[in-house]
Amino acid sequence: MTVITFITPDGMSRDVEAETGMSVMQVAKRAGIDGIIAECGGEMVCATCHVFVRSEELLDRLPPRSAIEEDMLDFTSEPRRSGSRLSCQIPISDRLAGLVVEIPGTQV
Amino acid sequence: MEKPGLTERIVIVGAGQAGCQLAVSLREMGFAGAITLLGDEAGPPYQRPPLSKAFLKGSIGSDALCIKPEAYFSERSITFRPASLVEKIDRRAKNVVLTTGEAISYDRLVLATGVRNRMISIPNADAPGIVYLRTLGEADALKAEMMSRRRVVVIGAGFIGMEFAAVARQAGLEVIVVEQADRSMSRAVSKQMSSYVEARHRSEGVRLEFNAAADAFKLDAFGRLEALRLKDGRDIEAELALIAIGVIPNVELAETARLQVRNGILVDDSLTTSDPAIHAIGDCARYMHPLYPERSIRLESVQNAADQARFLAGAIMGEVARYDSVPWFWSDQYDLKLQIAGLCGPTDTAELAGNPASGSFSVRHSADGRMTALETMNQAREHMLARNELKRFLAANADLAGKAPVIADTSIHIKA
Ligand SMILES: Cc1cc2nc3c(=O)[nH]c(=O)nc-3n(C[C@H](O)[C@H](O)[C@H](O)COP(=O)(O)OP(=O)(O)OC[C@H]3O[C@@H](n4cnc5c(N)ncnc54)[C@H](O)[C@@H]3O)c2cc1C
Repeated sequence: MTVITFITPDGMSRDVEAETGMSVMQVAKRAGIDGIIAECGGEMVCATCHVFVRSEELLDRLPPRSAIEEDMLDFTSEPRRSGSRLSCQIPISDRLAGLVVEIPGTQV
Repeated sequence: MEKPGLTERIVIVGAGQAGCQLAVSLREMGFAGAITLLGDEAGPPYQRPPLSKAFLKGSIGSDALCIKPEAYFSERSITFRPASLVEKIDRRAKNVVLTTGEAISYDRLVLATGVRNRMISIPNADAPGIVYLRTLGEADALKAEMMSRRRVVVIGAGFIGMEFAAVARQAGLEVIVVEQADRSMSRAVSKQMSSYVEARHRSEGVRLEFNAAADAFKLDAFGRLEALRLKDGRDIEAELALIAIGVIPNVELAETARLQVRNGILVDDSLTTSDPAIHAIGDCARYMHPLYPERSIRLESVQNAADQARFLAGAIMGEVARYDSVPWFWSDQYDLKLQIAGLCGPTDTAELAGNPASGSFSVRHSADGRMTALETMNQAREHMLARNELKRFLAANADLAGKAPVIADTSIHIKA
């Protein structure tokens, strides 16, 4: 079990236990976290599971963005920043223990 | 001003993509009244698209499909009742009646009943091994069947049939697709797009039979599926058949309540039916879209379900607007990502851009010199740009809605 922290737009944070093999998006949805919509279910066509990765130290442990993810991040509702990722593209592993992600104010 | 809905009771029939999103959005927007979400399926609301893709492949499990967990609803005072089939609407008493006889009162009712599979009516169609794909239960059963069968025939080359064919082929099954029309996905995509996708299926070893009509299933001595007999007399051997010949909108509740229905529940540009206290959203709703004023539409897509739900929540909370979200759709087959922004019309001009041999290209549709839709193959950026272009066009032509006939108008003749 890996614990992931979600910071919601109102500044509240919530720790969620995450199972290896799921994506950060799936973890958020299963926990009913507001602001992760993930309309397409992880197929990289909706860009409504956008997050800002806060944990600088873990950034290089994340898998690199694919070309499609790069494209989709240019069309997110809240403009992308350096830590922007689609949370469906971050698979949970032990190496991500303590990951903190911030949820943007809007997804659509 | 008092926020709307302090004492208002909203009842939502259908706990799928649209119904669930509506409940969620209403609370997010501060609706303070009572929300009851009734669904006939068991368990929490889930997403269907992965059922013919990642879920069927086994790359995600059923817990990854859920839209919101059950606890979410109780935390937000949403009364979510799974396994509750609504049998009747009583418009005069303003209540809905469940099969158990229980009546639930509403001030505002929202129908989000979706669609159901069109069943095939040829001999032996109820034999074991003849399956459909729409619900999680059906997807589970299909997955199990795929493990023990070698040869599958798919009837219907629409999106679901073709997506399933790709997954089944990748799982090592022999796959034959039988389709009445002369090409795949013909209702929604251009000839160029159909042939590109078909070429890929063929190169993967899928057999495609177009202009072919199913006549009967042949069973073995144990009553199991052995072959599909075609009208031209040929037999296609298969131990498993997936029927994907389209859907029928769930309009019966609306119809018996004497709401206007025409292959979909008719709604106006605020998604209201012919009864001002009743709305319809998602796959079951038919409406006029300002981008396509020449015909009414009923879309089966996540975008349509989710955007209509969010729009309606806003409208209930007092936002004044017309529903005009840009339609978009996608289909994943193998590593092909087919996307459509807008809707391709039957009389549109279609122009190819890019070289299909390169693996990424687009087909631009236009009418009267203006883009109506863009189909893309493996071009996420172009797809998103097209969505924005259509959105800008709508914003710049806000008067378009005025020209579109309002569908729930009484001048519309209802099919007897
Ligand atoms: C296998 C598959 C793959 C798909 N792939 C894609 C895709 O790639 N992209 C895309 O955009 N779309 C896709 N779709 C379509 C998408 O899933 C639908 O458009 C979407 O689910 C529509 O949402 P809805 O709420 O209108 O209907 P649904 O999600 O179908 O929900 C309607 C619910 O209402 C319930 N109901 C009906 N009548 C009653 C009643 N009387 N009482 C109580 N409950 C009732 C139904 O049982 C159902 O649970 C796919 C669909 C399927 C089946």
